Amino acid sequence: MSSGEKKEYWRWQENCWIDETKDWRAAKIVTAGIDVGSVSSQAVVCVDGELYGYNSMRTGNNSPDSATNALAGVLEKSGMKLEDITYVIGTGYGRVNVPFAHKAITEIACHARGANYMGGNTVRTILDMGGQDCKAIHCDEKGKVTNFLMNDKCAAGTGRGMEVIADLMQIPIAELGPRSFDVDEEPEAVSSTCVVFAKSEALGLLKSGYSKNKVIAAYCQAMAERVVSLIERIGVENDFFITGGIAKNPGVVKRIEKLLGTKAVDTKLDSQIAGALGAALFGHTLMLKQAASATKAA
Amino acid sequence: MIANYGYKDGSGEFYISIDTDKCTSCPVEHACLTGCPKGMFEIITDDYDDVVAAVKQSFRRSLAFDCSDCKPVGGYTSLPCTTACTPGAIKHSW
Repeated sequence: MSSGEKKEYWRWQENCWIDETKDWRAAKIVTAGIDVGSVSSQAVVCVDGELYGYNSMRTGNNSPDSATNALAGVLEKSGMKLEDITYVIGTGYGRVNVPFAHKAITEIACHARGANYMGGNTVRTILDMGGQDCKAIHCDEKGKVTNFLMNDKCAAGTGRGMEVIADLMQIPIAELGPRSFDVDEEPEAVSSTCVVFAKSEALGLLKSGYSKNKVIAAYCQAMAERVVSLIERIGVENDFFITGGIAKNPGVVKRIEKLLGTKAVDTKLDSQIAGALGAALFGHTLMLKQAASATKAA
Repeated sequence: MIANYGYKDGSGEFYISIDTDKCTSCPVEHACLTGCPKGMFEIITDDYDDVVAAVKQSFRRSLAFDCSDCKPVGGYTSLPCTTACTPGAIKHSW
């Protein structure tokens, strides 16, 4: 990197994964879910209602291109073509801009469905910490939403807020969580009302002699307090599951768990794909319904 | 489903909650549509194919200001939307 080049501390890891043990050609129904979020886009492909592959990447400035590029990653890796996919559902804030989607479903319903698959049918409370909003969702054993609350007016408590702090501290975003625990004592939270206030406060703390780690800890605590106040409005019922990019930040997750007095369900899957996965599963259910209706009519 | 539309900011929490299970069996043909002086409600088909009331997207981030005229300070003793909604599906958090 040249000395004049600006390092992007906020940039998180994009990834593409295929389940090599499955053969999509043998599947009866292949569905895809495309989640075009404000910060990241995901494409998930399911074969016969089971996760087959996904691609998670940064959303560009054009939602249709982001959707196309996200799906292209999975198609390329699997040798699949768009025509091989029976049904596509778009979700996320750019859901109406997915050019090849057959239907659009809100990310609230999709995250609940995805969390139900990833965390099991005992999941009742879901916290989706997205790029520019945060949602608290309560669902039943089938992953159907029974209550939800969304805060999308402010970047506080969102992935974008964490990116701002990563840039401010000049620390790669993936290191923020672990480093927030490397402090002598837990500091008071910075302002949880607004990211701009939090940034100003963080700068003030640095000038007053706080270490970077201590400032990060103060910000992680603020973010946890912010989202906990949201989730407490709908009530916390176990099991509790966190989706979205912030679920990968242990500095925030552990503090949320401490404030709520409950542990979030672990998953081996990428927490960012929950929305797209839910959309692909909705597609599978719709296909089954259509097939059942056709059989009944015949 | 309880659908909460609104936000929380530095000045407080402003949510309109709609119990969509009560909404689907509305006996008064969604009187909320005409009950709200600002026409903030609309009828949508939700993700589970139920026809329910919702707060229009354009009002969701400004409820504190848009609803202020119907609060006691505006001369109302009860909210027009909750009064019009006979199933009792609509609630305000503030």
